[in-house]
Amino acid sequence: MSNLHPALNAAELLGLFAHFLMLSVLAIGGAITTAPDMHRYVVGQQHWITDTQFTTSIAIAQAAPGPNVLFVAVIGWNVAGPLGALATMSGVLLPSTVLALSFARWSGQRRESRGIKAFTAGLAPLTLGLLLSTGWVLAEPFVRDADHRYGALALLALSVGLAMRTRIGPLWIVALGALAGVVGLV
Amino acid sequence: MSGAPPSGEPPARPASPAVLFLAFNRLALQGFGGVLAVAQVELVERRRWLTKEEFLDTLSVAQVLPGPNVVNLSLMLGDRYFGLSGAAASLAGLLAVPLVIVLALAALYAQFSQWPMVSGALRGMGVVAAGLVIATALKLRSALERNPMGMALCLGFGALTFGAVALMRWPLVGVVAGIGSLAIACAWRALKP
Repeated sequence: MSNLHPALNAAELLGLFAHFLMLSVLAIGGAITTAPDMHRYVVGQQHWITDTQFTTSIAIAQAAPGPNVLFVAVIGWNVAGPLGALATMSGVLLPSTVLALSFARWSGQRRESRGIKAFTAGLAPLTLGLLLSTGWVLAEPFVRDADHRYGALALLALSVGLAMRTRIGPLWIVALGALAGVVGLV
Repeated sequence: MSGAPPSGEPPARPASPAVLFLAFNRLALQGFGGVLAVAQVELVERRRWLTKEEFLDTLSVAQVLPGPNVVNLSLMLGDRYFGLSGAAASLAGLLAVPLVIVLALAALYAQFSQWPMVSGALRGMGVVAAGLVIATALKLRSALERNPMGMALCLGFGALTFGAVALMRWPLVGVVAGIGSLAIACAWRALKP
């Protein structure tokens, strides 16, 4: 298995770690927003993995359970095996974790202040807009695909309806989607 | 949704960091194509640790801070209940088991990508993942009813954000700096004592 990965020396691993440390600070709106720059670095500049490996890394993480940020671990794994996954994951999580905890504590003490209230109340509608945007961006490639457009739209509407109107758990709706895909409805 | 408490107080809280770990592990393992939709169902509707308003507030902060949104949300929530050990428990619950699964899948990918049924299943799951996120946004809309800016202005800012990010594909940093500052200024004015 290990000979599938290019052998990175310690300095290159450190460089990989450092690059993802930097991306962590820039990842406003989630790690996926920095994917274009990850691509530029590991595919374009360093040639550690191919374009296809990069795209399938994201697809695998999307299909697996868990937070989307795990695609960063898959990219690291494809670059340099377990050590690569460790370098990219710890790099992408360390700075943002420190920042999130510091900010949470600082703002928690001022929760009733006008400034913090205005901050969260002002951003709440943006958060809903961003959620809708995420749904749109995730759905778009399926809806644009002429072969699967109507099946995808029907499944999209069905999943929104089931999630809003029933108590069926998300996992079951995902299973329904997988089944629809297996039998070729989508 | 019926049964939501009218006041801002959530009806329940986690008993220990171990409970936090299990809760985040459970919601992470249900989250195909993203965890946010499941997090809302588990934390607000099932366990009732947060009201809709608190979930939206915490998510708003998690969203504008750098880093993965759900990871930030889990850290902030864990820290609120049990300090650093709570944050560590939430984070570990969210990432540990899914990390093992995704790396195993990455290692196996060469074999399973050949099956046509697999690509169909992945497509179906991808569509549902999108639908679940859209449903989450629609369900949280009622949390805006208590927003000091009023519903009309909130829907305006929400629509503006959607247009800028989803349709125009503007970089998020600019959207938050521009539309976000304007919205915060409006909320600041509306909160005038």
